[in-house]
Amino acid sequence: MADLLVIEGLSVAFGGVQALNRVSLSVHEGEILSIIGPNGAGKTSLFNSITGAYLPNQGRLLFRDKEITGRKPHEIARLGIARSFQNLKPFAEMTVRENVLIGLERRFSYGLLATILRSTRFRDEELNHRKSAGELLEFVGLGRRSRQLARNLTYGEQKMLEIARALALKPTLLLLDEPVAGMNPTETGFVMELVRKVRGEGITVVIIEHDMKMVMGISDRICVLDRGELIATGDPDEIRRNPRVIEAYLGGGATPNAEKQTPNPEP
Amino acid sequence: MNARSLGLSTFYYLGLLLIVLPFLKGNTLYLPLFFLALWTLRRTAFAGEQNRTFVRLRARVDRAVIGNHKPLLALLLAGAVALPFVSSNYLIDVFTSALLYAILATALNITVGMTGTLVLGFIGFYAIGAYTTGILTAKLHLCGFWTALPLSGLIALCFGLLLGIPTLRLKGDYLAIVTLGFGEIIKIFLNNLDSYTGGPNGILGIKKPTLFGWGLDSLPAFYWFCLLCLVVEIIIVARIFASRYGRAWVAVRENEMAAAALGIDVFRRHLLSFSLSAFFGGCAGSLFAVKQGFISPDSFTFLESVMVLCMVVLGGIGTIAGAVAGALLLIVLPELLREFALYRMLIFGAVMIAFMIYRPHGLVGSRAIALEQEDSLHG
Repeated sequence: MADLLVIEGLSVAFGGVQALNRVSLSVHEGEILSIIGPNGAGKTSLFNSITGAYLPNQGRLLFRDKEITGRKPHEIARLGIARSFQNLKPFAEMTVRENVLIGLERRFSYGLLATILRSTRFRDEELNHRKSAGELLEFVGLGRRSRQLARNLTYGEQKMLEIARALALKPTLLLLDEPVAGMNPTETGFVMELVRKVRGEGITVVIIEHDMKMVMGISDRICVLDRGELIATGDPDEIRRNPRVIEAYLGGGATPNAEKQTPNPEP
Repeated sequence: MNARSLGLSTFYYLGLLLIVLPFLKGNTLYLPLFFLALWTLRRTAFAGEQNRTFVRLRARVDRAVIGNHKPLLALLLAGAVALPFVSSNYLIDVFTSALLYAILATALNITVGMTGTLVLGFIGFYAIGAYTTGILTAKLHLCGFWTALPLSGLIALCFGLLLGIPTLRLKGDYLAIVTLGFGEIIKIFLNNLDSYTGGPNGILGIKKPTLFGWGLDSLPAFYWFCLLCLVVEIIIVARIFASRYGRAWVAVRENEMAAAALGIDVFRRHLLSFSLSAFFGGCAGSLFAVKQGFISPDSFTFLESVMVLCMVVLGGIGTIAGAVAGALLLIVLPELLREFALYRMLIFGAVMIAFMIYRPHGLVGSRAIALEQEDSLHG
C-alpha cells in the first residue's frame, strides 16, 4: 500500500516540555490507523502538527509526497486533511446545516456581486450545497436536526456534527480526536459503523481513542505513543502482546499476561 | 428566571418610558411616580411570563424583528417615510442624524457583530469619508457629490486595507488598541494637514447635491435621501450576511481554529469584513459632510467611536435590526430626555446599565435566540 502521509522525525516542544520526540510513522492509503497512549503522551499534539496548528521544531510531514510542514491550517485542510477536535468546537450559534456548509465552503464559487444581486448562480449554488449538506447530515444520522442550533444538540450529536462537517471537505485523510469519548455503547457502535463506511468511501482514517473496544475492533494498525515517543506500531494482536505497551499502560513490573487484559488507562 | 427572559420586558418598559415622557413635560416630580408604576408593572408582567401565550407572543415579536418579516418591515418603512409630514423640523434633523448613525452602526456591525472583532477607532473611517467629500467638492472642486460619495467609500476601504493587512493578525484587546490609535492618528492628521483639511478650522461650504434636478437642501428631502441610503445599505449587508460570506464570518467569530481546520482563510475573512465596514463607514462620512455643510476634526472624537460601538452592542450584536435600533435609541432617547435637563444623562446612564443587566444580547437580541425560542415552542 502506498503511503498517504509520512511523518519523519517530528519533534514539538513547548518551552521545556517535549510534547513529541522524533516521531516517525507513515499512514497507508485506505487504512484505519489508531493512535493510543496515556494522557499527555502527545497524541493531540501530533494531530495539531499534522493540521498546521502547531509548528514543529524538527522533522518533516509529507502528504501525498508533498511537503506540508509549516503550511497554514486552512491550506492543509484544502489539500484534503480534515479533523475533528477532542474538545468540541462546533459553531454553536449556527444551525447544524450551516455548520456543514462551512465545510462545503470551498465548493462555492459565487462572488460578492452575485451575492448582492441574488443572481441565479447564487440561488443554484446555495440550493445545491444545502442539499449536499442535508445528505451528509443524513449520513451521520442528524438528518432531522439540520435546522436546530448546534448548541442545542446533545454531546454525542455534536460529535457527529463535527464528523459531518469534516467529511464535507471531501478529505482524503480524516483525523478523529477521541470520537467516542463520553458516548454510550450504542452510540460507540454507531460511530464504529460510520468510520467503516467512511473508509469504504476511500477515505483514510486516523483515530485517537481511549476506548479499547473500539480501537481493537476497528483498526488495521495501531500506534502507541508514550511521553512523546512512538513506542510501538503493529496490528491489534501485536499491540496487545507488546511488553512495552503493557508497561506504559499498567506501569513497570506488571506481568505481561495480556491475552485477555485490554489496556484501559481511563474508565 | 434567566436574564434573557427578563430582556424583552425591559424593552417594553423602555417603550413605555418613551410614550409617557412627553406627558410629564419636564415636571420631574412625577419621575419617582413613574418608576414606581414601572416597578409594579414589572411584577405583573413577570407573572405573565410563565404563561405560554405570553412566551409565544414574545417569540413572535422577536422573530418578526430579527427574521425577514415583510409586513412589519413595510410598516416600519412606511412610518419612516411618513415621519417628515408629522414632525417638526427639529425632529426631522434629529432623525436624520439617527439615520446617519444607523448607517454607521450597520457598517461597524459587519466587523464587531459578524466576525467578533472589537474596533475602537471606527470614526476614523467616517472622518476619511467626510474629508474626502469635503476636499473633493468644496476645496479642490474636482467633482460633484455623486462622484465623491463612492470615492469616499473606496478611499476609506483603502485605508481599511492599509490598517487591516498588518494588524488583523492581532487578537481581541490588542487589535482594539491598534484601531483606537488609528482613529486618533487620523484626527491628528486632519488637524495638521492645514493646506488640504483646513486644520482645526475645518472645511466650509460643502454643498448639498441635487437628485434628478431636485435639490436635497430641504430638511425632509435630505432625510428621505439618507433613509434611501440606509435601506440600500441594509439590503446589501443583509444579502451578504445571508450568503457564504456571512456564514464564514460567523464561523470565524465562533471558533477560529475550527474554521481554519475546515479550510477557511481566517485572515482574509477578517480583512474582507473590515474593509467592507470601512467602505460603508466612508460613505456615511460623505453623507455627514453634505448634511452639515461644514466639517472639522472636532466631529470625529473617540467618544463618537464609543457611541457607535454602543449602538451595535445595545442594539444586538450581529443583527442588522439591532444596529439600526441601537442608533435610534442612542440618538433619539437623549433628545427626548432633554426636557429633564439635569436628570437627562442620569436616566440615559441608568437605561444603559439596565440593558447590560437585563438584555445582555442587546435590544433586538441575536438571531440564535430567536431560532431557539421558536424551537422551544415546537418542542
